[in-house]
Amino acid sequence: MTLRVMLFASWADALGARSIDLDLPERSTAGDVLAALAARANGAALAKPALAIKRQLARSDDPVSAGDEVAVIPPVAGG
Amino acid sequence: MTAQIHRGPIVDRELPELGGDEILRYSRHLILPEVALEGQRWLKASRVLLIGAGGLGSPLALYLAAAGVGTLGLVDFDVVDLTNLQRQILHGTGDVGRPKLESAKDRIRDVNPNVHVEGYETKLTSANALEILRDYDVVIDGTDNFQTRYLTNDACVILGKPNVYGSIFRFEGQASVFATEEGPCYRCLYPEPPPPGLVPSCAEGGVIGVLPGLVGTIQATEGLKLLLGVGETLIGRLLTIDALTMQFRTLKLRKDPSCPACGTRQIQELIDYDQFCGVGGPPDVSDPNDVIELTPREVAEKLKRGDDFDLLDVREPHEWAIARIEGARLVPLGSVGDAIPTLDPAREIVIHCKGGVRSAKAARQLQAAGFTRVRNLAGGILRWSDEVDPKIPKY
Repeated sequence: MTLRVMLFASWADALGARSIDLDLPERSTAGDVLAALAARANGAALAKPALAIKRQLARSDDPVSAGDEVAVIPPVAGG
Repeated sequence: MTAQIHRGPIVDRELPELGGDEILRYSRHLILPEVALEGQRWLKASRVLLIGAGGLGSPLALYLAAAGVGTLGLVDFDVVDLTNLQRQILHGTGDVGRPKLESAKDRIRDVNPNVHVEGYETKLTSANALEILRDYDVVIDGTDNFQTRYLTNDACVILGKPNVYGSIFRFEGQASVFATEEGPCYRCLYPEPPPPGLVPSCAEGGVIGVLPGLVGTIQATEGLKLLLGVGETLIGRLLTIDALTMQFRTLKLRKDPSCPACGTRQIQELIDYDQFCGVGGPPDVSDPNDVIELTPREVAEKLKRGDDFDLLDVREPHEWAIARIEGARLVPLGSVGDAIPTLDPAREIVIHCKGGVRSAKAARQLQAAGFTRVRNLAGGILRWSDEVDPKIPKY
């Protein structure tokens, strides 16, 4: 299945894109999405982000479905 | 006349009268049904604590003072720096070198002399946070580091104070309202802090000057709504802002039943937040990945002697255009992996960046790739400018 993942802050910088289409096996989870993205980051160390599926905060074992909008939101601390 | 009110987070406090020119000053509020005379007296009775008088704290202090919040507490121990003025509109050019608290007090007095300002010229710590926060109705997090964010969150959860959260990075921002009875807290969103140095600060990563204005005014709006008990606040929602595409999005948060702060309530007292965030402690000498640091003077000596080593600058090309150290080779951090085949693993390599954070990252990356003689220039080109060559501009 194909998923459109929106990236923010350091994850967008590390992957060089604001959004990425991912091909994942059926019955993948939010954690699988992060692992697939991290594999594309060329080993860059990245802060563990919050992940939202369909505009709702997800846990890593939450399932994702084809066409779900997924967003990766890293912690930022500037003020 | 005194009245008891039960609205917003404040309970059982006597409402002060509006006096002098206050009716006229707040007239645009008084004709709003959501504020009206009672709401304005509410605001006058309210006490709001701002943690940080910097980028976010600037619009917060200005708008909350203008709105007539009776008491504004400010926690900041910093001094106004020239590099602050691009975004910290609470302070002016004439304030450079003054404590931010003094500058803020002067500015707030000019905006609205009816506001009482209580200044805390100190770092917020586990030792003083509960004492400082205790007397306030709403706490607003405008700080610039993870330690203080977790500290503020936990203190708010323990005391039952709403925490109006805002945070910024380059062109992006986040805002929410945490630590209310019904809603999630910061730890429900980010249970663990990122390893130190992984998330660049404004000084390291840059920030567009209006961004704290955008995010800080949203925090001010949420603070006023909480005080007035009107509208729908960001409780249970995270607002994300991307100023480059001008996209505002909200996502639903959930209270995590296993959250040690607001879920299991395992956190009954404040902890050591430097340790929690892995910063400030004594260096871990047993870490084989530790990078040896050289001071700017040591590196300058090596250059003068003509030592055989490579000097790598891992900043970005636009930073290289502002200032550079003669003899350095530009390899932006993101390209270090690609540059490895062009480097000799047996040769000594000194790496620098702006302040020393990115270069430490690059050094660890090279060490992991088998390089054994990697050194980090402590304090980066900023310290180089201070200690070796003041002609190099600081930015």
